[in-house]
Amino acid sequence: MNAIWIAIFGAVCFVMGYRFYSKFIAERIYRLDPDFQTPAHAYQDGVDYVPTNKWILWGHHFTSVAGAAPIVGPAIAIYWGWLPAILWVVLGTVFAAGVHDFGAVVLSNRHKGHSIGTLANKLIGQRAKLLFLFIILILVLMVNAVFAWVIAKLFITFPASVLSVFIQIPLAVWIGYRVYRHSGSMLLPSVIALAVMYGAALLASEIPMLQIDLVSWFGGAEASVVGGFNATSMAFLVWIVVLMVYVYIASTLPVWKLLQPRDYINSHQLVVGLALLYLGLFFGAPEMTAPSVNGEADISWYPLLFITIACGAISGFHGLVASGTTSKQLDKETDARMIGYGGALGEGMLAMIAIIAVGTLFASGADFTATYSSFSAAGSSGLGSFVKGAGQLAGNLGIPEHMGSTLVAVIVVSFAATTLDTAVRLMRYIIAELGTEYGMPVIARKHVATSIAVISSAALVILPEGPNGFGSGGYLLWPLFGTSNQLLAGITLMLVSVWLKRQGRPVVFTLAPMLFLLVMTLWAMGQQVIFTWSGFGDADRNLLLFTFGSLIMVFTLWILLEASRSFRQGGVPTQQQQPSSDESR
Amino acid sequence: MSRADDERTASAGWRTRVKRLIEGYDSVLSLQHRREIIRELQDEEDLFMLLCFCDMMGIPNPVGDMTLELYPYMLDRFHEWHQRQGMPRSPLDGFRCC
Repeated sequence: MNAIWIAIFGAVCFVMGYRFYSKFIAERIYRLDPDFQTPAHAYQDGVDYVPTNKWILWGHHFTSVAGAAPIVGPAIAIYWGWLPAILWVVLGTVFAAGVHDFGAVVLSNRHKGHSIGTLANKLIGQRAKLLFLFIILILVLMVNAVFAWVIAKLFITFPASVLSVFIQIPLAVWIGYRVYRHSGSMLLPSVIALAVMYGAALLASEIPMLQIDLVSWFGGAEASVVGGFNATSMAFLVWIVVLMVYVYIASTLPVWKLLQPRDYINSHQLVVGLALLYLGLFFGAPEMTAPSVNGEADISWYPLLFITIACGAISGFHGLVASGTTSKQLDKETDARMIGYGGALGEGMLAMIAIIAVGTLFASGADFTATYSSFSAAGSSGLGSFVKGAGQLAGNLGIPEHMGSTLVAVIVVSFAATTLDTAVRLMRYIIAELGTEYGMPVIARKHVATSIAVISSAALVILPEGPNGFGSGGYLLWPLFGTSNQLLAGITLMLVSVWLKRQGRPVVFTLAPMLFLLVMTLWAMGQQVIFTWSGFGDADRNLLLFTFGSLIMVFTLWILLEASRSFRQGGVPTQQQQPSSDESR
Repeated sequence: MSRADDERTASAGWRTRVKRLIEGYDSVLSLQHRREIIRELQDEEDLFMLLCFCDMMGIPNPVGDMTLELYPYMLDRFHEWHQRQGMPRSPLDGFRCC
């Protein structure tokens, strides 16, 4: 089948979803009121609360939520064939992610622009806030480990991308200082930075001397850390150490010095990447060579598919952005539909092109099966396949494939590095908050909290044992990342449902995706924890993953209990900002 | 209107549209960054104001005589500062900005 038809199918579903389903949700369920005084107007302060044009806010929301995750998940999940992956991305986006992101914006808007954590405390109680804090902690720990693994893998597979990624750091610091000290726009300096980065990437693709290939520097692919003990590869270990040192420094700097300007450059990269891939698709019109359904899969697609693709179908992280910043800038409540639901559709488009890039990469179905020979092989080689597939799509625009692959590797690594920086920073704040809460002021200190965050993340990425010993099992963490992300989405959907119930409105449209997510999470974790990681039968025991999987199961059950308790107590009015017009209509 | 005038008007229209597009794109990307920069600059400003007014809050100020001379120049900034600190009215008797 020609891949263009898949893109058209997805786009038509998204347009229909927006035109009809989101309209229904906006009018009948969330009952948006154009006269409601939004927090941006009620608390306008020129910093956090600023009424913003809906197109600008949509663009900001989309660039904040889109990153490497909606690429990695689909690139692994295509293992079961492109059809289940595309269907989950399309249906998940239309019926779950859209409603979730839209609901988070509306809920926060109706509660003075408060974030999901504060709303959990307000709507359900202190226990829910604690649960939220624990899930966020697990999520950011997973994010740190998974994205460090992603970057190290890409640096090893595409050594031409390293120079460009490291050049981005001084360029971002330069832009940060320039804008901070002299004001002005970041646009021109960031475009110059992007040109320098891409110039370096293209040069490094052609000149081997500019490629930082740690595999050859440290004794080849066979070199292991503990010779003869079948442990992780030396190049991988060195990259993890380098990344952890880097992220320690980056996450303790003020955000304007590195994180913010790099994020700005990355926003250009998102636009460049999407344009490159979609134009490449329409100019090349490639055939999908991956099977629509992989009949030879060694593990069933349900329930694992629903946690392998988290971002791109539904992601709890979006709720944090929607309630943390977006809701404070809403000019009119009715804008929430376009920004929340439309932002989810944008991420769905990114996930869809990731599936198409991998699905069109291989010369034949047999080649696909050889690379995606098992679920663990898919986890290990999925991202590399995406980068090569994306390079092939870019090749349709006249860019040599190896250069296209290097550019895409730079884009994905840049996204992952910014996510890593943000997640370590967030983890530091949570550790400090827990330290203050439990009377341990020592761990609330910046460098102590950062050290705990960095060391635990490094341990988590190195410890899981894969086919080649310790450190080669990083891909095993991906489903754990997916589940913790889905749990977070479950909490947001629960809060929206509780709020709707208290308003006397139908809850099925938010409760159904929440229950679906939680059941799939519970099912997938139960399967992995009991039959794989516990050492049941012939399986090898993996204590680390067993512990994390068990924790996630406990949290899932906790959410279900809290949800049922809240619904039993339904009808208790919540404190919320009074609208300027009759809210009950 | 001559043909040259038509072309000039059309070209100006295009330039305006492209300019608006670039401004819109910049606004999308800089929304988050603008907020962080404002917050950082405000933190710096708040620290500076605290150093200037610390003796009024019971903290000895070794250079009080010199910072006193700055007060007339800081009236507007002082007003913004005390409002940011959660005090809607000026907390100082001899320094009534509002």
